[in-house]
Amino acid sequence: MTAKPKIAFFDFAGCEGDQLQVANLEERLLDLVSHIDIVRFREIKTNKQDNYDIAFVEGSITRPEDEPRIREIRENAKIVVALGACATIGGINCLKNFINESEYKATVYGDHARWYSTYAARPLSAVIKVDMDIHGCPIDKNEFARAVKELLLGKIYTPPGYPVCVECKMAGNICRYEQGRLCLGIVTRAGCGACCVNEGSVCWGCRGIAPDANMDAAGQVMDEHGFTWLDAQDHLRLYFGCNNRL
Amino acid sequence: MTREKAKEQKKEQSPQTSPGTGTAGPKTLKVKHLTRVEGHGNIIVELDAENRVRDCKWHVVEAPRFFEAMVQGRPYQDIHHIVSRICGICSIGHQLCSIQATEDAFGLNVSEQTLDLRKLALHAENLQSHLLHIGYLVLPDLMGVDSVLPLAETHKEELVNLIGCRRISNEFSNLICGRTTHPQRLIPGGMELIPTSRELTDLQDKLRESLGRMDKIVELFVALGDKWPDFNRPTEYVALVSPSEYALYSGEIGSSKDINRPAQLYQQITNEYCVPQSTAKWAKNTGDSYLVGALARFNLNHKLLSPGARKAAARLGLKAPVHNPYFNTVAQLVECVHSAEDSLEIISRILDRGLKDEKPARIKVRAGKGVGAIEVPRGILIHSYEYSDEGRIISADCVIPTNQNHGNIQMDMDAMRPMLSGLEPEAIELKLSMLVRGYDPCISCSTHLIDVTGAPKENLVRFVRV
Repeated sequence: MTAKPKIAFFDFAGCEGDQLQVANLEERLLDLVSHIDIVRFREIKTNKQDNYDIAFVEGSITRPEDEPRIREIRENAKIVVALGACATIGGINCLKNFINESEYKATVYGDHARWYSTYAARPLSAVIKVDMDIHGCPIDKNEFARAVKELLLGKIYTPPGYPVCVECKMAGNICRYEQGRLCLGIVTRAGCGACCVNEGSVCWGCRGIAPDANMDAAGQVMDEHGFTWLDAQDHLRLYFGCNNRL
Repeated sequence: MTREKAKEQKKEQSPQTSPGTGTAGPKTLKVKHLTRVEGHGNIIVELDAENRVRDCKWHVVEAPRFFEAMVQGRPYQDIHHIVSRICGICSIGHQLCSIQATEDAFGLNVSEQTLDLRKLALHAENLQSHLLHIGYLVLPDLMGVDSVLPLAETHKEELVNLIGCRRISNEFSNLICGRTTHPQRLIPGGMELIPTSRELTDLQDKLRESLGRMDKIVELFVALGDKWPDFNRPTEYVALVSPSEYALYSGEIGSSKDINRPAQLYQQITNEYCVPQSTAKWAKNTGDSYLVGALARFNLNHKLLSPGARKAAARLGLKAPVHNPYFNTVAQLVECVHSAEDSLEIISRILDRGLKDEKPARIKVRAGKGVGAIEVPRGILIHSYEYSDEGRIISADCVIPTNQNHGNIQMDMDAMRPMLSGLEPEAIELKLSMLVRGYDPCISCSTHLIDVTGAPKENLVRFVRV
């Protein structure tokens, strides 16, 4: 990689909240741009180039027309990084995969539904090879900064393989199951420091299923605390929906 | 390299404009994917041989996301969490509006302290969003650069001041809401977690510091005062109004040309309609279009601004009614001062009352309809839900500020045509880009915006990805 790699940002279906976290690096963004060359970032910059080394891509693939565009990005970039839950695991967009297509199109667009092309929402990795994932909805800006640092050193950042529960214990939170609340920290990939539980909420699962997650044991925990399959499904479908088996 | 790719690259290198078929005939000026806005939109201008503007159009080309369908059948506890993802920039506003609609449906009233904390949350979001727009998205146009990044070389002091100011606004959101984007603390019935008195006192210090920083930003914008295009077009202004405060979290829907109505009657004001020759849904009330956002709020409610904000408005030369849409950005700056000053007041009020460690109110689910209406950075946002007796969504409707401004942007463009004619294409492009940017459109938000092309040969609705 060249001394000052060229970086580009792209977005598909999503809220652009992950690129916002990059802008939210505030003063640190200025430090960062002394080591990288941002050549394309539509949200904050007008001029753009197609010559880039690293592409950060936010959002899910939700229409056939998206595919040529993401393939071209793959062709142009040496490294493709999926940025945020929509890109890494399909995110909240996959909720629509559980509804009949003609039904959801008619709900939103009424008589105009037939003009809209759309298909099941999916993560980038369903269409192209992705070199690195930065998980979360939204991403954690510190994790982003760390991942970029590792890229600059020629390494690929790997998020932890254990579940959020580990970090949640370290943060000293009371287990949500003890409070009678359903929480997905028991199966979700860590790396966020259990940020939602720290704020009084539960883990929603936005970083995807941890590689080592034991889903059977999770089912048992939910059973023991009196949750039904419907309760579990409501939670599981929020972020784990991309394989459509929940 | 494929032919298509070569073509693509050529287009990218001639920045933004692609003059049509030579110099003699008519030309088309295309700004494909307007930059420094949230989401994807295009400006298409048709010029004749003398650079007279024959037509200009504002197209929106965002991928549809189907949020109103996605929430169907979902339990009430998750709705604000899901709709938050409509937009990364105004996620706090979407959450608050959603919570308001849910509480309205269940007939739930929250405590005074919760109301105050929610008002703080909204101020925090207005600050972070406005400062992003003023500093990162609009300022480069006034300074003649393509992004804020080059300002690090030429105007370091101003840039560092601005970034510092925005950092404080993010810390503010973080403290009240539990995160700057897609926050966790706001829930139906109250707050998951409440900041400590110590944290609130520290926040007061930070807000005082940010007022000093804002003063410098106002100074900068006073100095740049001659950079705004001189264009005036009176229109209808719609915003929440309240006799007791500069309405943001609650109020009736007011208009510069119509009676006030409660939020539940929002459909009487936002009348969405289809344009005869196309499929774009626009909104209109008494006239052909109306404007929402900081400028509408300023025009309707300027008397209720905080003292410092009124002073800033006077320094910036903003005197209601303002009919220049470019001044929306200036009105946002005035609102920043108001948000910081009003937040200081609210925090004192909470602390004087004594901070209570309240748990969220218990929710009794019932079937019913509810409406929420909130002033978010870009204008009035409405969520309307119908719940089943199990507390699951039967139907949802979200009316987004940018959708309401869409028609007004187009009418402004039509009115600007004589003023643009004869200018160089680059100047036309800049003036129109600045116009759209001035509205601070939030296109990801637009859950159901439809692209108008008007060209009969093409499909009526296109999704253009460049």
